[in-house]
Amino acid sequence: MGIRFVLLVNKQGQTRLAQYYEYLTLEERRALEGEIVRKCLTRTEQQCSFVEHRNYKVVYRRYASLFFLVGVDNEENELAVLEFIHLFVETMDRHFGNVCELDIMFHLEKAHFMLEEMVMNGCVVETSKSNILAPIQLMDKAA
Amino acid sequence: MNPFSSGTRLRDMIRAIRACKTAAEERAVVRKECASIRAAISENDQDYRHRNLAKLMFIHMLGYPTHFGQMECLKLIAAAGFPEKRIGYLGLMLLLDERQEVLMLVTNSLKQDLNHSNQYIVGLALCALGNICSAEMAHDLAPEVERLLQIRDPNIKKKAALCSIRIIRKVPDLAENFMGPAASLLKEKHHGVLIAGIQLCTDLCKASVKALEYLRKNCTDVSVRILKDVSNSAYAPEYDVAGITDPFLHIRVLRLMHMLGQDDADASEYMNDILAQVATKTESNKNAGNAILYECVETIMGIEATSGLRVLAINILGRFLSNRDNNIRYVALNMLMKAIAVDSQAVQRHRATILECVKDSDASIRKRALELIFLLVNETNMQSLTQELIDYLVVSDQDFKEDLAAKICSIVEKFSPEKLWYIDQMLKVLSEAGNFVKDEVWHALIVVISNAPELHGYTVRSLFKALQTSCEEKSLVRVAVWCIGEYGDMLINNVGVLGKEETITVAESDVIDVVEIALKRHSSDVTTRAMSLVALLKLSSRFPTCSERIQEIMIQQKGSLVLELQQRSIEFNSIIQKHQNIRSSVVERMPVLDMSTYNLKRAGSSPASIASEKATQTSSSGASIKLPNGVNNHTSAPLVDLLDLSSDDIPQTNSSTGDFLHDLLGMDLTTPSSTGKPAAASGGVDILMDLLSVGTPSVPTDVLAPDNISLKQDNTQAIASLDRLSLSSLASSTPQRSLLDSFQDPSQKTKPNPGVSPVVDLLDGFNSNDLLPREETPAFPSITAFQSSSLKITFQFSKQPGKPQVTVIQATFTNLSSNDYTDFLFQAAVPKFIQLHLDPASSNILPANGKGAVTQSLSLTNSQHGQKALAMRMRLAYKVNNQDTLEQGQISNFPPGL
Repeated sequence: MGIRFVLLVNKQGQTRLAQYYEYLTLEERRALEGEIVRKCLTRTEQQCSFVEHRNYKVVYRRYASLFFLVGVDNEENELAVLEFIHLFVETMDRHFGNVCELDIMFHLEKAHFMLEEMVMNGCVVETSKSNILAPIQLMDKAA
Repeated sequence: MNPFSSGTRLRDMIRAIRACKTAAEERAVVRKECASIRAAISENDQDYRHRNLAKLMFIHMLGYPTHFGQMECLKLIAAAGFPEKRIGYLGLMLLLDERQEVLMLVTNSLKQDLNHSNQYIVGLALCALGNICSAEMAHDLAPEVERLLQIRDPNIKKKAALCSIRIIRKVPDLAENFMGPAASLLKEKHHGVLIAGIQLCTDLCKASVKALEYLRKNCTDVSVRILKDVSNSAYAPEYDVAGITDPFLHIRVLRLMHMLGQDDADASEYMNDILAQVATKTESNKNAGNAILYECVETIMGIEATSGLRVLAINILGRFLSNRDNNIRYVALNMLMKAIAVDSQAVQRHRATILECVKDSDASIRKRALELIFLLVNETNMQSLTQELIDYLVVSDQDFKEDLAAKICSIVEKFSPEKLWYIDQMLKVLSEAGNFVKDEVWHALIVVISNAPELHGYTVRSLFKALQTSCEEKSLVRVAVWCIGEYGDMLINNVGVLGKEETITVAESDVIDVVEIALKRHSSDVTTRAMSLVALLKLSSRFPTCSERIQEIMIQQKGSLVLELQQRSIEFNSIIQKHQNIRSSVVERMPVLDMSTYNLKRAGSSPASIASEKATQTSSSGASIKLPNGVNNHTSAPLVDLLDLSSDDIPQTNSSTGDFLHDLLGMDLTTPSSTGKPAAASGGVDILMDLLSVGTPSVPTDVLAPDNISLKQDNTQAIASLDRLSLSSLASSTPQRSLLDSFQDPSQKTKPNPGVSPVVDLLDGFNSNDLLPREETPAFPSITAFQSSSLKITFQFSKQPGKPQVTVIQATFTNLSSNDYTDFLFQAAVPKFIQLHLDPASSNILPANGKGAVTQSLSLTNSQHGQKALAMRMRLAYKVNNQDTLEQGQISNFPPGL
């Protein structure tokens, strides 16, 4: 499947966006988020961006106060996932203009729409920022 | 207007939640919001449905239950407008999952929207379907998706392709319907369609062999062309990442080529050139380029590439490995792991670098590197690698020690050229990480030590030295204490000094000191303390001058709150104090532990000892099945669980346990057994048993008591072992045996009675027993003495008035199988305090299917009536279709009071 979940977490470990591509119960999700946030947030800048957790890998990248955590299957190309995170950030940047934690909090649904245009069922579907943003901008114009 | 229905704005809710200082405050805010949303839902509030759902999504993200909003999603999806639909579908994907029945209801809306004229609405529906589709929905909606795959709009096409991936994952049978459309997607120009199409093809290859063959035939050249186009394309601002056009497309198409080229020389041949081009020309100074190189190497390793190409790939990995970026090093290690299968020599060349990675400060890299090193170990480099790893163990992080120690142990076990080296390395590991190794590791070490008699002296001395510096390492202490107990004398006399060894002078009292420290320092570790007590007992015999001091230590432990320790110290103390005559034989050195049995047990297979095989050769019921009627089918492996090692198949024991039964049954059953050997000896027997079960005070042990003392006597006096037979098999039903228990009704539990030491009772004979004699009861319930799939035996009891000790048993045998039994013979054996008289059976033919039964009466005289319960072993011999069959078992469910 490739991507299993995309998580955005702030420095304090609070979840800011969570999208799962496999079904987990509420309890499982809370436990998982707690575990991997604890694992990833304690790592230093110099350490690599990959953490093995249970039977999959978490690829993470930090942008200012926000951590982007992506859980992927073991055979997924980790470097490509880093590239994907960056693409997601750039896309949000283009839309919000210097995206920050609050933008995502207050426009949670928009962040989700962008992600939805980029990833379906755990597979990357679109890599062009303007293609990703086209339907969202169309909506904004209509509103 | 209802005050609840309007509620707060989304923004205000988020602010309120952010302002919360504690989790409790947050919960309160969320609860209030949820209440107002519920109210709005129940009022069917149209205006705020959209906003309420957005709130619910936020609440859901925080990890609160939001199931009550699910129906709202459906209502929004059913609405006509795009904004409502959009938030409804998003809510559906977040709040729902395919397990819920609500999904059934959404199928129809999805179908309508898939056929909608507005491309954005179709896109929404496809996206939702791709994320949540269940198997039923896949069946229902596959035709729509197939149709949409052929629509011109690229935005719909790409989503339909990914939707198809979901569908074929849910219903692999549908895979072949999608082969053709998938292949034609690869001819598109739009990157989104290409990426989605390529992923669909990759998934089809995984889902069906037929699809793989079809795509191999039709798409190999197309995929090569896509890769060529994208890697040679001019600057494309929309897809450019650090000077490379669409790395995602590169990676996806490389992955598809990996699938197509795997195990197919022709397809691989076709890919060689472009792979070589990508591998040499891609820039490696940015992450995007490295991601492509990484995928390219993976593809080269996966297909039937030329050797030149493989060299190229290995060289890229070498470059990665020496990169300063940890991410790159991590993927290099990851890739080298796969490369080992292809070219292990090439990977060996990087051994030194990989070894450095084991010592990296980054846990992810260390873990990968350690796994890789483990794969790289072979006979030639094993010594140096082990040395390196052990050196690193000394300085490694605490949390890495467990992994590292486990890997070192398995390397040492796997490759050890000789026992001396093995013992040396293991001692080093245990001294450094004794608290981190698993129990099997030190169990295995003890087995090896036991099997190396020429090294006993050396080992115990090394352990003694190691204890001086590493007395906190639990496993080391256990092994040391065990060895000191067994071979303590070699510590003093310097027996078997090896050339390289420095001799030490140890006084007897020093040895006792060490064990006493172990006993006291590891106050919370029952196993170590129990092992220390055993070692002390053994030392009391090895060093008679220290006997008194040992006794003092034992007495201190008598008050232990842990029953196991209390019991051991009391028993051992009594051996030291009162039974000097048997002590030396009780604490004899352990017989050599059998390595093969231990390995078998470790491998998880049932430890079938030779003895048990012998006993089970004809038994129809499987080994060690304890039937509900209380018959302990004695085919269970008669194993002494020592140290939980199961390496108890001492050669002498085998002969004894195997022939044991024969001896038993071969003798005249009606004759009362002779008075046998002194009771003390059989008491000692079980104490030895106890010694043997050192390591596992709390694990139930399947015990049949074989032992040194009795062995010697068994040969001459098989009858005497009769009572031990019943003893041991009863003991197996009361797992943590007490000697006392075994002789009583099993339901009687030993009461920790400080006044009367149970062991003393036993050692002094069987007489003092606090079980009150029961007055004869007029009637006893009949029992099912034995039941297997083929045979049932019931016992009816009667007593003659005035003779409470005599029980007459009417045995009824029923044949449950569909074959007649001929030459039917029932034999029984009882402990020596019982006399048995068997009358002839009513017939020696047992008709099939329970038509007619054979009866036989037995008369039992219990000389210790009221003190000991009846027990009986029995054996049944008969012929089925002229084939000899034997069944045997123990009957221990006699009604009390017989």
